[in-house]
Amino acid sequence: MKVLVCVSKTPDTTTKITFSGDNKSVNYDGVKFIINPYDEHALAKAMELKEKQGAEITIINMGTADSDQIIRKCFAVGADKGIRIDAEPMSGMQVAMAIASVVKDENFDVILTGRESIDYNGGMVGELLGEMLDIASVSYCSKMDIDGTNVTMTRFIDGGEETLVAQLPVVVSAVKELGEPRIPNMRGIMQARSKKIEVIANTAESDSVVENYEAPASKAACHYIDASEAEKLIEILHNEKKLF
Amino acid sequence: MAVLVYIENWEGQFKKQTKELITYASDTANAMGTELIGLSIGNVEDSAIEALGAYGLNKVLTVKGDAFASFKAKTYACAISTAVEHSGADAIVMGNTYNGKSMGPRLAASIDASIVTGAISLPDVSNGFLVKKTVFSNKGFAMVNLTNAKKVITLNVNAYKVEEKSGSVSIEDISSSVSAGNDVSITNVEKQTGKIPLTEAELVVSAGRGLKGTENWGMIEELADLIGAGTACSKPVSDVGWRPHSEHVGQTGITISPNLYIAVGISGAIQHLAGVSSSKVICVINKDPEAPFFSAADYGIVGDAFEVVPKLIEAVKSLS
Repeated sequence: MKVLVCVSKTPDTTTKITFSGDNKSVNYDGVKFIINPYDEHALAKAMELKEKQGAEITIINMGTADSDQIIRKCFAVGADKGIRIDAEPMSGMQVAMAIASVVKDENFDVILTGRESIDYNGGMVGELLGEMLDIASVSYCSKMDIDGTNVTMTRFIDGGEETLVAQLPVVVSAVKELGEPRIPNMRGIMQARSKKIEVIANTAESDSVVENYEAPASKAACHYIDASEAEKLIEILHNEKKLF
Repeated sequence: MAVLVYIENWEGQFKKQTKELITYASDTANAMGTELIGLSIGNVEDSAIEALGAYGLNKVLTVKGDAFASFKAKTYACAISTAVEHSGADAIVMGNTYNGKSMGPRLAASIDASIVTGAISLPDVSNGFLVKKTVFSNKGFAMVNLTNAKKVITLNVNAYKVEEKSGSVSIEDISSSVSAGNDVSITNVEKQTGKIPLTEAELVVSAGRGLKGTENWGMIEELADLIGAGTACSKPVSDVGWRPHSEHVGQTGITISPNLYIAVGISGAIQHLAGVSSSKVICVINKDPEAPFFSAADYGIVGDAFEVVPKLIEAVKSLS
């Protein structure tokens, strides 16, 4: 079984996001980068497939050399191979097109990705790959079991969950329930050093471009209500704001 | 040229978000100087579709039949691409629901369209085709220019105001021209009953570690029930299993923008704020006056949750 995990590099979740003076770019000075948290759940599921079904795990990322640290962390967790498409990604569409062109003849059985990246919140790469590679796709997947070529998956729907069955190959985007992130062990960290990252030039173009950014409007000062008069909050929300 | 709006249904019914979506699509069509066409997939009564004329929708294509009875990403994306061809649409708008997130990208790839997900503003067509969306999980916004000839937009829930218009709806069935590809079969559907899904709740009552234990959530649920709100929680609370993961709002959970967010015993870590900061009114109840959440709040009460929340419950009860 061949498993592909698509990972991206995102700012650490504690990062305070600021933009350049002309709002044309994000200030990344001093920002610590991590594997996109949702991609860690995808990798965890891949590790389960490796342990139970002997899957070989390939990591793919679109990014500049800064992304190598992310791919190496995946090696340390237990991934076998790494591919980096050498360009700063501009959109989910471009990432999916780039990945599809690299893997279209590789016959991966399972392609995993996180449900979205926590920077651009596109949440589209998995489904785009499904269409581009003409295979079944399930997003917001919380559970996946493979039996022969049958794949049973559970996905989120509005107000509940739905179980679907498809045939391999499939592409799945992970929510956190799909797998508990793994922590690299010493053996993994040692092995990661000798694994090579294959670097491929990018040929995919973007379907869109971010023209500028905007910081959220700053809030007016908090209106405090004394705890002894807590009922006043309900009066304001009901009478003044008419929220209920 | 046309704007095509996919009007998703839930067991044959439409929701408030359908009206938001139609208003948005109608205003988009006006901005582009073109007509608006709706598309309904699945088995919906004509009368339900006709009722949508009140929001600016005058022409609707329908795709019906057993093959379309329940949502499947590939099947529905095929149906929409047929409708795009049929109507000559160059902008396709749908809700950023689980189904929209699932089929929007498939559609975009199949018709070579640009795509933006989670849009929160009308396209600015004065110089390009710019759509505003939240990025960094609500820590900022980006204006994205969609450069392909065709564009797919998924609109966030509760991001656009419903406007009543007048008009009637003409319906054209195009089922026979859709060849439905399919690659999955649905074997089971489980829905929570009697609870408002967090993703569409207009009012939300949320609680954090300050509540000390899962046994203390009774008052949170009672307050939520009384005002018709959904319930949510912070990440530490779902991590320790006091509440289900589906209630976790924040950067790595669900991002919401309800009209009211009441946070009880949540300090307001940056990751939590990211998920809720676009709520229209934020109320914070915390015994620590230094809790960072107060700086993001419209209303704040510094006090013990176990004293304040029962007072709020009594105050709501005395309203009626």
